[in-house]
Amino acid sequence: MKYLAIAAGVFCATGAIADVPELTVYTYDSFVSDWGPGPAVETAFEEICGCDLKFVGVGDGAALLARVKLEGARSAADVVLGLDTNLTQAARDSGLFAPHGVEAGYDLPLVWSDDLFVPYDWGYFAFVHEVGEDVPGDFRALGESDRKIIIQDPRSSTPGLGLLMWVKAAYGAEAGEIWAGLADNIVTVTKGWSEAYGLFLEGEADMVLSYTTSPAYHLIAEEDASKAAAPFAEGHYLQIELAGKLAASDQPDLADRFLEFMVSDAFQSVIPTTNWMYPAVVPESGLPAGFETLIAPDKALLVPSEEAAMVRDEALAEWLGALSR
Amino acid sequence: MLKLEAVVIDNGGFDLKADFDVPTGAKVAVIGPSGAGKSTLIGGIAGFLPVRAGRIVWHGQDIGHADPGKRPVAMLFQDGNLFPHLTVAQNVGLGLHPDLRLNQAERDRVASAIARVGLAGMETRKPAALSGGQQSRAALARVLVQGRPLLLLDEPFAALGPALKVEMLGLVEDLVRETGATLLMVSHDPGDARRIADQVVLVTEGVACPPRDTAALLDDPPPALRDYLG
Amino acid sequence: MVAVLILGSLLAVALRAEVGRGLGPSDWAAVRFTLWQAVLSAVFSVGLAVPLARALARRRFAGRRLLIALLGAPFILPVIVAVLGLLDVFGRSGWISIALGWFGLEPLQIYGLHGVVLAHVFFNLPLATRLILQGWQEIPAEQFRLAAHLGATSADMWRLLERPMLERIVPGVLAVVFAICLTSFAVALTLGGGPGATTIELAIYQAFRFDFDLERAALLSCVQIFLTGAAALIALRTARGDEFGAGLDRVVQRWDARAGLARTVDVGVIALAALFLVLPLSAIVLAGLPGLALLPASVFAAAANSVLVASVSTVVLVLLAVPMALAVATGWSRSVELAGLLGLAVSPLVIGTGLFVAVHAVADPFALALPVTALVNAVMSLPFALRILVPRARQVVDRHGPLALSLDMAGAPFLRLVVLPRMRAQIGFAAGLAAALSMGDLGVIALFADPERATLPLQVYRLMGAYQMQAAAGAALLLLVLSVAAFWLLDRGGRWHAEA
Repeated sequence: MKYLAIAAGVFCATGAIADVPELTVYTYDSFVSDWGPGPAVETAFEEICGCDLKFVGVGDGAALLARVKLEGARSAADVVLGLDTNLTQAARDSGLFAPHGVEAGYDLPLVWSDDLFVPYDWGYFAFVHEVGEDVPGDFRALGESDRKIIIQDPRSSTPGLGLLMWVKAAYGAEAGEIWAGLADNIVTVTKGWSEAYGLFLEGEADMVLSYTTSPAYHLIAEEDASKAAAPFAEGHYLQIELAGKLAASDQPDLADRFLEFMVSDAFQSVIPTTNWMYPAVVPESGLPAGFETLIAPDKALLVPSEEAAMVRDEALAEWLGALSR
Repeated sequence: MLKLEAVVIDNGGFDLKADFDVPTGAKVAVIGPSGAGKSTLIGGIAGFLPVRAGRIVWHGQDIGHADPGKRPVAMLFQDGNLFPHLTVAQNVGLGLHPDLRLNQAERDRVASAIARVGLAGMETRKPAALSGGQQSRAALARVLVQGRPLLLLDEPFAALGPALKVEMLGLVEDLVRETGATLLMVSHDPGDARRIADQVVLVTEGVACPPRDTAALLDDPPPALRDYLG
Repeated sequence: MVAVLILGSLLAVALRAEVGRGLGPSDWAAVRFTLWQAVLSAVFSVGLAVPLARALARRRFAGRRLLIALLGAPFILPVIVAVLGLLDVFGRSGWISIALGWFGLEPLQIYGLHGVVLAHVFFNLPLATRLILQGWQEIPAEQFRLAAHLGATSADMWRLLERPMLERIVPGVLAVVFAICLTSFAVALTLGGGPGATTIELAIYQAFRFDFDLERAALLSCVQIFLTGAAALIALRTARGDEFGAGLDRVVQRWDARAGLARTVDVGVIALAALFLVLPLSAIVLAGLPGLALLPASVFAAAANSVLVASVSTVVLVLLAVPMALAVATGWSRSVELAGLLGLAVSPLVIGTGLFVAVHAVADPFALALPVTALVNAVMSLPFALRILVPRARQVVDRHGPLALSLDMAGAPFLRLVVLPRMRAQIGFAAGLAAALSMGDLGVIALFADPERATLPLQVYRLMGAYQMQAAAGAALLLLVLSVAAFWLLDRGGRWHAEA
């Protein structure tokens, strides 16, 4: 029956739907999965908007931007949710995004101001390990240790790119040297986060590149306190996840309302235990129990988005050079 | 002497029983109605069908459980007697060594066998380039080089015309005379039997009867044979 | 039509391209690595498949059918699931490493070129074995009988019958495995152990989503197509030897295989291969069992989608492949066979993107997600189907064509009365493979699907992305079961002649 309905929907698409306006939000896959924030956010927003909120999962952040560029002005999307600061410059240059009017008191480790993109959560990259393991305190120590790590390929994965920027932001011209030191610690490089984390859980390595918030998942969802993130003395690289409104949206008002909703408690309170990141605006109820156990880096690293593209290409060349041998 | 001692041959649920001797050098026709078990008898002796009971003895040796290639048997089937992707010379040469590594003397034997069956000059042809009669000749040439004392024919010439068939049977007769081999040939034509066989084994309803003198049997057929001959 | 679909997609990507930076030295490094690992993988997969297929062709034993059905399994698993299964056995903390630890030995070092080849052999050895096994089945029983009568030993059988058959079959199988490994990406990277193991497909991925350089993506895709095309041409040229003609469907018996040594070798080969294939599969099953209880409703909806897509794509495949195989068999054109191989040559990302661009111009891609996926999956399995169908189609046409012509039987009656009954086994095998492949495919759906129309493999990835490793393992097990079941049903359904 479902397929009949879909088929009918295809043929009637132009005329019928009428009354309830539809807001289409492109996001990454894990956002819309049963355990992601998608379902709760959809329910909460539809209660107040008198609209039909439709999430479309498109790979990850980079695939998201590629998709919107591919579709151009004819895109069905009204809002894109899931870009980060590594992508904002390219997104800005595409000219596809429109300014927002959202103002909020962000709880970010740095001051945020951007006319196109609204942050909805953030987190630090970190190496996750089993509690009780002896772990190094910075990249140099890691390189000298015999700890085995699994990382993601920066060319195909957001955390992979994050690590690239992390090393570059911390060490600048010495980044290549750091990578050369890490080469013999790297068990393998995976296509995406899922592969890497899966391999780590199978015991293929001592540490895996993930987020400082990953142990919270195991603690809260699985009541398993065996995972921890290793604090690194150089500071930790920041990922700020962002959403923006498309200029060609046929529901600009609804899109604005969604972005406003996004920084409200209803949305923000869902984030910590579904997306396993820090909310951009801490809700009144505070962070869920368990988050207080996470490491809190003293220093947040972030390459400004205007420089990101340039830094990225240089860092990638160093990375390839150091690891391809 | 070929002895079939209370042999039961199993052809996938169909049993054929045989209990008789065939003297060395005899030329025996195996006749009987279609489906009575003629090919089963031949297949059992050649080793393609398992012997469920009894013994097949050749010159005092039980050959009933040897691999087909290890039996003192040369055989021509109803079909598929030549490998279509090999030349005539190769097909004949297989009769000497299945690995086709032949020395000069052996190659000469192959050539003379091919000449003996009248195919000189066609050594390098493949079966598809031969007529039906020529294909039969090539197969007979291989039988010749195999030099096995027991020759089994499972109606290999059934598809040939009458004149050609007579010609082939003549060739078989010559070869048997030259090599002194014992011949068992399946046939559904009493004329063939009269032509070259001195004895006949009648097969009906899963039983192969002991060989009888050809002329005597055909001139005064028992009821089962009479039904078959019509 | 197939060529239009594939080249059209490529064109669509190319047309959307802005001027990029062409191919750099790192791209050429990727081309070299891709070629090298694909050649090695193809040679090892096929080299090992020959003795395995020979052993399976000569032996009858309990569990043989099950083993042959399981041969379909590795090929259709989502890459990530198969890799995790492999690492459960061969990884640094895998079963073998643990066993080595008992003897005080170092854990297995799996990451590197050898790891890539090992994984590709795991994926492709079964497929190669099935394709080659079929070659054995096409040697008529009469010829084994004649050879046995002539006292041929195993070695003689090899020279007389088996080697000529292999000379005809193996080049095509090599080309197919080569083409599959050419578009490998996640396997090569993960087991390759680092960016040294960058393949063309990864470079395409990078060009597309990292640099948004569509021109380079299209260029690299052309390199892939060129390499596959070259491999296919070489294969078609080298595949020589005469057909064996046809037999009368007698059951093959192998008297030569009764010898003790032959038996020992065959049993050893089968046991090793079974271990190599079954251990990682059992790791997947073990990992998945606890997860089955955790499966949310969305997984079952996705499973239903997958079954639907697989069914449609199997029907489409049969409708495409049978006429194409007959066209090749009646000697119309070898280009048909080449066009068939193209399906393998194109990066799933490129074909998906191209189709997306094309569909997006005229319709809502989400509405068409399932039909497009079914169509693309059918085209992707076409190369395998043709490898399976063409040799048999040739035999059928050669043997029965003249009689049919003399009976003035052409077109539909010939198809219905002669071709379909005589090719049932091969069509069943091809359809089973297509169904299983389509069930496990992730290539295109990922670009088109919205949450409601996800397929099972996509759902597996989504679960993993949400830390739900257990549920993902459960969903992967469900996928494995569904795929093997589909393969089993169709493959068995097609075979009626004594497993020959």
